[in-house]
Amino acid sequence: MAAPFMLLLILVVFALALVGLYNGLIALRNQVKNAWQQIGVQLKRRHDLIPNLVEVVKDYMGYEQETLDKVIRARGQAIQATGVQGTAAAEGALTGALRSLFAVVEAYPQLKANDNVARLQEELTSTENRIAFARQFYNDMVMRYNTKLQVFPTNILASSFGFKDEAYFEIPAAEQEPVKVDLR
Amino acid sequence: MPRAACPRCGFSNPDSRSTCDLCGSALHGAGADGATAPFAEKRRDFYSEQASNVRRSTILLAGFILMTAALAWVLGELGGLGPFGVLIGLAFGSIGALSAYYSGDRIVLAASHATEVAADKEPVLHNVVEELCLAAGLPMPRLHVIESEAPNAFATGRDPRHASVAVTRGLLRTMSREELQGVLAHEMSHVRNLDVRFATMVGVLVGTVALLCDWFWRSWRFRRGGRSSGGAGALLLIVAVLLAALAPLASVLIQMAISRRRELLADASGVELTRNPRGLASALRRIAADPARLEVANRATQHLYIVNPLKSSALDSSGLFSTHPPIEARIRILESMA
Repeated sequence: MAAPFMLLLILVVFALALVGLYNGLIALRNQVKNAWQQIGVQLKRRHDLIPNLVEVVKDYMGYEQETLDKVIRARGQAIQATGVQGTAAAEGALTGALRSLFAVVEAYPQLKANDNVARLQEELTSTENRIAFARQFYNDMVMRYNTKLQVFPTNILASSFGFKDEAYFEIPAAEQEPVKVDLR
Repeated sequence: MPRAACPRCGFSNPDSRSTCDLCGSALHGAGADGATAPFAEKRRDFYSEQASNVRRSTILLAGFILMTAALAWVLGELGGLGPFGVLIGLAFGSIGALSAYYSGDRIVLAASHATEVAADKEPVLHNVVEELCLAAGLPMPRLHVIESEAPNAFATGRDPRHASVAVTRGLLRTMSREELQGVLAHEMSHVRNLDVRFATMVGVLVGTVALLCDWFWRSWRFRRGGRSSGGAGALLLIVAVLLAALAPLASVLIQMAISRRRELLADASGVELTRNPRGLASALRRIAADPARLEVANRATQHLYIVNPLKSSALDSSGLFSTHPPIEARIRILESMA
């Protein structure tokens, strides 16, 4: 009489615990996705700002065509990049190209004095920071999610339902170094 | 009594302590080299900070209502109102508490002559705050500017959704982008930890208590000559004088209790957001070196600012009566993180 009841109770508790774990995983995975979209928003913002900057700067920078071309090319590659790793690499290259462009801008007094350039430079600096912070937030989320997938008992549930580790958004080491600009 | 200087922040501690009163790092023996000392406050996550601020705010509001009722009871007995005094006091106390909670931010901002600025008027300020909101996962606060040349800043509001950050014109003018980011990260940490709720209500209630006390003293002096009082009247008078004398003292105590460790915590969690302790350290140094006075700050709002704007007090660096830890100690701690 009592035994089947106890068995039923244990089963119910067990099922509830499973549901809780599963829902927790789903919620965390959605947070990771949302954090990833936040990065996407900022990257898009940067891609949209660059043509404006190129437009303003190009008249002044006859001799620096190469630097500008690099930025334009890097932007094109960044827009087409897919996946976390591909995006990270392409965006890292774009960051590097933009930095050398700004270093060159420093050498042109008329450019530095131009209000449009100053405004665009502030917007791009801000976007740069936003990307860095959004990446920081995303990586924190990924770490929490991946840890959850690896610890007991969630790992059993996760592997049987096909949850997979998310990739960190890592900037290639070469892009983290300061740029060297040859101003002659 | 011999005193030992903390190797990390330089704060002078009684020799008997094993950890620094200010920053929590070890004073003697292993781990006392400063750089490796754990920063005790930083370890607590912000959920427990939020919970503690919610609790303290509730206690503060309840205490304020009770104190107002007690004061009104005494005044009522003196004025011949009898038990109605308590009811009136409860009503006034509740109204005061509710407005401190719901409009505290507006009161503090108005008292500081802060005006809201649109994003396109101050693009750099707006951008820096928006970046930090991304980093902290917070909604965008309203931004205000105080037209004063003294560099300083504060945050107010009852929760992250109803938060405001105010900076002075002098701060915007003198700080580099990196320094501005450090200052605003400190303010956004106050918002995230819900320090703003408690600090704002303390500011409003301290202001109200000061007002009530001034009013009481005036009315007492006014009626002093008019009435002869018996033994019971004299006793009530003594209680009233005691209450009126204690009220400002209590407000001073509250202000002392609230911020010193919280300022350090906000420094630390600000650095956690920006991952750059140098910006805030250099901003603090610049603010401390600036001779300009912030005229709009007063004793009810001083604890809100990132650096105490009432810098005239010589007692400040001794720490006993200050709302903020000594600025040199803050800078040293920040530099030990770099």
